[in-house]
Amino acid sequence: MTVTTALLTELLFPNGISHYLLGGILIGLGTAVIYLGTGIHAGASTFLETTLSYGSKLSRFQQPKFIASRDWRVVFTAGIIAGAAAYSIILGDFGWTTEVQPSRLFFGGILIGIGTRLGKGCTSGHGVCGVGSGSKTSIVNVALFMLVAIGVAQLVMAFGVTP
Amino acid sequence: MSGATNGEASPARVPEDHEGSPWFLPLVFVGGFLFGIGLAVSQMARPEVVLSFLQFADFGLIFVMGGAAAVVSGIFFVASASGRSAPLSGRRYTRRLKSMDKDVMLGGGIFGVGWGLSGICPGAAYASLGIGNVVILYGVAGMFVGAYLQGYIREARADSTATQPAD
Repeated sequence: MTVTTALLTELLFPNGISHYLLGGILIGLGTAVIYLGTGIHAGASTFLETTLSYGSKLSRFQQPKFIASRDWRVVFTAGIIAGAAAYSIILGDFGWTTEVQPSRLFFGGILIGIGTRLGKGCTSGHGVCGVGSGSKTSIVNVALFMLVAIGVAQLVMAFGVTP
Repeated sequence: MSGATNGEASPARVPEDHEGSPWFLPLVFVGGFLFGIGLAVSQMARPEVVLSFLQFADFGLIFVMGGAAAVVSGIFFVASASGRSAPLSGRRYTRRLKSMDKDVMLGGGIFGVGWGLSGICPGAAYASLGIGNVVILYGVAGMFVGAYLQGYIREARADSTATQPAD
């Protein structure tokens, strides 16, 4: 019985679960710090639109709520970059680069930019804050993007594209 | 920083969220810093790790979103039930509840295609830049292009149906 459990764990989680869980808890704590101080549910993708307000005159980006939040969203993103940088520098693996093709990153990025803004959130806004709020809208959105992403990633693999 | 500003400056000036307290921006930075460490510790900053989850090679990512949502769920629940307001903004503590419409479905589907194709999402992409993965700039550039495109298209649509108030 225990052997079966161990084999199953090894099969599902070949790299263990502790660093995943620890990372998740830290992401949650970061979100909680901002929430407790400011009452804001911080999501990562709104930054994309609010930052465009510095350079674009489109009224979509010049909405008062975007102007009001654009500065702290830049600081939030800078914090994310700095935290990840500090950790990787201390660990000594700063400078790791992905093998995923630039074209996939770029075209995937375009779809992410469109989809997260149209869909009112991303993995952090819907996935962490929304799911953490028990929001039906967020749970449906997350279930949908996860199922679609699994389908697409499986297709990419089936076509023999790696990684 | 003083809360009072000259009324004569610019009549259309929007008061910014962070003007309520000098501690607002430092606190947001600390929150972002923890968030970024979390993305680096969990390896979610590496597209390969996200793809290995989506391709069923390693299901560990469930614990990243699950762990984060569990922490947030507890804090949001207790704070919003308290009926109190946040010290740095005076905002009431609430849960994040967005309305459902067809854009939520369409947007989620489009985001899913992008996530499955590339293995990146916005927060993880910023963290990926932090771990020195400069190649991710292709992805971040794409995200800005996508965000601009949807804004441009929405504005064009809103202009053509000017009688309908926008959201």
